[in-house]
Amino acid sequence: MSAHAATGGAAATTTRPATPPALEVEGLAMHFGPVRAVDDVSFSIRPGQVLALVGESGSGKSTVGKCITRLVEPTAGTVRVAGTDITHLSRRQLRPHRGDVSIIFQDPAGSLDPRMLVGDVVGEPLRLRGERLSRRDREVRVREELGRVGLRAEVAHRYPHELSGGQRQRVSIARALISRPSLLVADEPTSALDVSVQAAVLNLLADLQRDMAFACLFITHDLSAVEYLADDVAVMYLGQLVERGSRRRLFDRPAHPYTQALLSAAPVADPVAQRERRPVLLGDDLPSAIDPPSGCRFRTRCPAATELCVQVPPNVDLGDGSAACHYVRPDGSGPDVRRGPDTGRGADGTNDDTLRSATA
Amino acid sequence: MTVHAEPVDAPLASPSGGPEPVLSVRGLSVAFTTETGRVSAVDGVDLTLGAGEIVGVVGESGCGKSVTSMSLAGLLPGTAAVTGSVVLHAREGDTELAGAREPVLRRVRGRDIAYIFQEPMTSLNPVITIGQQITEVLKAHERVSRGQARARAIELLRLVGIPSPEKRVDDYPHQLSGGMRQRVMIAMAVACDPKVLVADEPTTALDVTVQAGILQVLRDLRDRLGTSILFITHDLGVIADVADRVVVMYAGRVVEAGPVGEIFAHPRHRYTAGLMAASPLPGRHAGTDRLDEIPGLVPVLSEQPDACTFADRCGAADELCRSRRPPLEPPRPDRADHVAACWHPAPTDGPAGSDPGTPLEEAR
Repeated sequence: MSAHAATGGAAATTTRPATPPALEVEGLAMHFGPVRAVDDVSFSIRPGQVLALVGESGSGKSTVGKCITRLVEPTAGTVRVAGTDITHLSRRQLRPHRGDVSIIFQDPAGSLDPRMLVGDVVGEPLRLRGERLSRRDREVRVREELGRVGLRAEVAHRYPHELSGGQRQRVSIARALISRPSLLVADEPTSALDVSVQAAVLNLLADLQRDMAFACLFITHDLSAVEYLADDVAVMYLGQLVERGSRRRLFDRPAHPYTQALLSAAPVADPVAQRERRPVLLGDDLPSAIDPPSGCRFRTRCPAATELCVQVPPNVDLGDGSAACHYVRPDGSGPDVRRGPDTGRGADGTNDDTLRSATA
Repeated sequence: MTVHAEPVDAPLASPSGGPEPVLSVRGLSVAFTTETGRVSAVDGVDLTLGAGEIVGVVGESGCGKSVTSMSLAGLLPGTAAVTGSVVLHAREGDTELAGAREPVLRRVRGRDIAYIFQEPMTSLNPVITIGQQITEVLKAHERVSRGQARARAIELLRLVGIPSPEKRVDDYPHQLSGGMRQRVMIAMAVACDPKVLVADEPTTALDVTVQAGILQVLRDLRDRLGTSILFITHDLGVIADVADRVVVMYAGRVVEAGPVGEIFAHPRHRYTAGLMAASPLPGRHAGTDRLDEIPGLVPVLSEQPDACTFADRCGAADELCRSRRPPLEPPRPDRADHVAACWHPAPTDGPAGSDPGTPLEEAR
């Protein structure tokens, strides 16, 4: 859906544009006391591209988003937005750059000031940027922005609590985009919404991203939304990236055992297809980020782990596409944990056949 | 292990000719009196749960699925006005649960009908070991010695897939991960081998890799103990995975019900079809596909109108839909097990999910 995808899909990954990446993250680390929430994460997003950052709770994906928007100051590493290093800028130094990066959150009810009118909420980024706009001009801009996200202009005179969850999320999108950012960080923007509303917000984000061509870091645990919205996908596990690749490659041929397990575990809304699948059962216990496992962090739950994985950490600098696994070869081939020992589902083909005949 | 070894057709054929029912709900209605007036949450719900069957109840927030499940064992607060009938076909004869007195309900809860909820931490007592919490259930319903109860607790923890249960039995809830806590909840729920397990969004708070394990445990319980499960969720993927039959709820009513394969392949109610067309499915991408939106919101109703409550959001609605309530009937006479409450059912041609012929919103 990005400009790149429109001009030729995967071919875009080979050409390096002369303009700096919309976002460049290098060796990013964020430690909260002893908790190593993010450790040595590097990736970049080209202008106009959507990168999905996927992971389960505790993987550190939201913390990455907070570092990029400088809601927290990273422990180590650098964050460059459109070529500018913003990693350690002070609040005052950051101000001119604030409009370049916007963020929307999962819960729009919690991220909108309940005592501010919607119009003031949406117009506030303009005020904070110190743009000398007359009240009238600002109102015009706000009305324009509300229209862009599919809200009527009258909504400007309402309070957030008077709106539905989907409308509130549209308000936060309008607020995020009014400063024309080059990068939008969307942290689980549809996770709190019902399916029918979620579809509307996903469509809206896709339309806006295509029309306004901002780059987007789409942080989510919802793989079906990822497949719908993203150009590229990066998978996080326990504070580190484990795999990065184009959407198509990653969904068709996941290389890292964790990505394989994650994709196999996410149920699809099709009983015939779903009952033919076999989830890789990993066990429930995510190791602690205070004392992460030696070597490969996924090794304690990985069905393919060996002594090498205990001793040596894999290379986590993934560039444009690869997997942080000792056993994945440069061409992407390697172990497939989905073909591992039988996990018990659909072992006898009769099940699926009976289902199919029931639906025929 | 034979997860779906039994012919999927058999349990789906109920209520007629299916497995014998363990729970029959007829005409269940629930209304709440609030400060701002009356809210009708559930309206005339009919539902049958057969022995060893997993019935998925699906719907969005506000559709009444949780209120329905809570009303089954009298778990709703005093402000709820419950009418209709909930009959439990238990070991020693039938019991009417709707409007039953507290001692009756207390005897039934945990022994015949048990619950697991979305958030295991709020359902577990943080200052008591999980072993003690499991044995508490046993002691409430059975005469067991301390040693027996502990042994049974360990056995239950093993049943739900908790590693080294003889050590874990003395753990406190905070020492367990979210998935493990949900497994403990399941162990508590099945401690007395209930006929009916009501699982209200049991995996919604969990990661998908953990969810897969919990779904596996629930399927195992059905296969090994023959537990009937009423599985409440908003997640069509989970329904597609575990349910034998599906009940779709909208604004307090059952709008469609039938075998899982049939519902997904040929959704007939416009709301069901709309939900499926709104879901991002594998292979769909924004560059080439558009998700169908359902305009509008689930209405909050003070009174149930004699009309289709989905009419305002439905592209196929006409005067009939707004003036008469559609009956829950089989749209096709040859499939009595698939019912829908729609005056203008969606056509059945076309694969599930892709384009069920719904005029909800034109793909742009």
